[in-house]
Amino acid sequence: MPVFYDIEVGSALMLGTAQYPSPAVLAEAFRAARPGIATVSLRREQGGGQDFWGLVQGLGAKILPNTAGCHSVKEAVTTAHMARELFNTRWIKLEVIGHTDTLQPDVFALVEAARILTDDGFEVFPYCTEDLTVCGRLVDVGCRVLMPWGAPIGSGLGINNAWGLRALRAHFPDLPLVVDAGIGLPSHAAEAMEMGYDAVLLNTAVAKAGDSAGMARAMALAVEAGRAAFLADPMEPRDMAAPSTPVIGKAFLA
Amino acid sequence: MRARILGAGVMGMAIATELAARGHQVELVDPEPAPGPHACSWWAGGMLAPHCEAESTEKAVERHGLSAIDWWDRHTGAVSRNGTLVLTLARDRGELARFGRRSRGHSTVDAEAIAKLEPDLAGRFTSGLFYPDEAHLAPRAALMALRERLVAQGATFHTWAPDGAAAVVIDARGLAARDALPDLRGVRGEMLVLRCPDLSLSRPVRLLHPRIPLYIVPRGEGVFMLGATMIESDRRGVVTARSLLEMLSAAYALHPAFGEAVVLETGADARPAFPDNLPRLRRRGATLYANGLYRHGFLLSPAVARMAADHLESDTIPEFMDEVS
Repeated sequence: MPVFYDIEVGSALMLGTAQYPSPAVLAEAFRAARPGIATVSLRREQGGGQDFWGLVQGLGAKILPNTAGCHSVKEAVTTAHMARELFNTRWIKLEVIGHTDTLQPDVFALVEAARILTDDGFEVFPYCTEDLTVCGRLVDVGCRVLMPWGAPIGSGLGINNAWGLRALRAHFPDLPLVVDAGIGLPSHAAEAMEMGYDAVLLNTAVAKAGDSAGMARAMALAVEAGRAAFLADPMEPRDMAAPSTPVIGKAFLA
Repeated sequence: MRARILGAGVMGMAIATELAARGHQVELVDPEPAPGPHACSWWAGGMLAPHCEAESTEKAVERHGLSAIDWWDRHTGAVSRNGTLVLTLARDRGELARFGRRSRGHSTVDAEAIAKLEPDLAGRFTSGLFYPDEAHLAPRAALMALRERLVAQGATFHTWAPDGAAAVVIDARGLAARDALPDLRGVRGEMLVLRCPDLSLSRPVRLLHPRIPLYIVPRGEGVFMLGATMIESDRRGVVTARSLLEMLSAAYALHPAFGEAVVLETGADARPAFPDNLPRLRRRGATLYANGLYRHGFLLSPAVARMAADHLESDTIPEFMDEVS
């Protein structure tokens, strides 16, 4: 099971808590999938979300508060401090949004905010792109987990840059890596796990499914299958549609 | 039976109306006994849209919401039965397919049909969903009409509980009843009212968007209500700039004429809700609690009022009752 900042969690599935039809549906999805970590936002609630946060704390997963909705270093740092007080945790999923429509991370502000928060004793889970340089800078300032996107938040487009994510995995073989955002289907989650990622984080795919609990369960199964496949050292695919040597004259039936 | 109702918001007024119609004597107690901005029903959209709501709610909402249209018509005479139009911007076409799949009572409309339904939207949308059996009302006028009729029927309104015992107390205080109902929470909603004389709409229009769902309800004479955010927070009071930005930009995308509209009003309040966002009736001795209408104050208050009255008259245990002691 994945280990983040020396804490082992019970599942490689991380589930967001936003956009469900009701807290009851949210709880049902968590019972069906048993994710190791629940992410929760607090920026838009303006300090009035105690009832909902109480419900989230009762879901049985470790809480990872996030800075969703923050567009600057200052906002993100302030929100992280609020989260630490509210949830009594040093963990913070750091999101600094750089583009309002696509919700792409502002990687420059992200590195700066990660530096400030790490110096302040936080354990930062940065939502980033798969860019090797950006990820290297995040590690330099003290991040011991990276959370590159699969595709933009809420898009459900899956793993957009498989090559980039594989390269990241290869460059940071010992660092916990989580594919965060863009997962729309269980096959996307399985693909991330098959690449050797330690966990996946998703929200919309489950919250907006017609049957949230059913999709949550499907995601949990996919994560488990993908991880088992990675550990089993899968075969290398071989493309016989493009032969590199002439076949005639070879003992191809032997 | 003499019934005392605590709370003169949409829940209390609907129960009072139902009981008075059945010949019972009712008295309403509320620190602010007249309809006004202190009650979250004051800020409601007034859509009577059981089919559209089914897209994201438990089945009970649609089942019990269907009777609301006739109920409000019977008791206020001010219901517009023009249906609901659901639209989306070209990029979010997938949202329309999903919404259609998860709701009933609609037909798909093309550009020509949309232009026929709402001439001012002609040429702006190529496909949508039309729900002909849905309706809308003006919430503030509807609450005033209930109050007038109740007064005419002999119901009394009080700032403080009057002397003399009532046979039964109905607690319909909304979020204020959290002191007795600990699983009740607030869900913040924000709205604004615009005057846009350039534009005329006959029915509520919903604009689907993955992050910023918007509805616009025409109030007549160029006035429109825009709503509403859904935030897991019990903060009441004024709207945030971000919510205003989001709602106005969605309205502007629906029709640029909204850019020239005058902002008449903005408002925010917290809806009372239970964890499954369905209403509850709870009987504790001589007190009956009716609460948790969430964003379905006008859609579900008639059904909950009927259930409350049935229970009081004949001890039935209605669907939304989860506690009797």
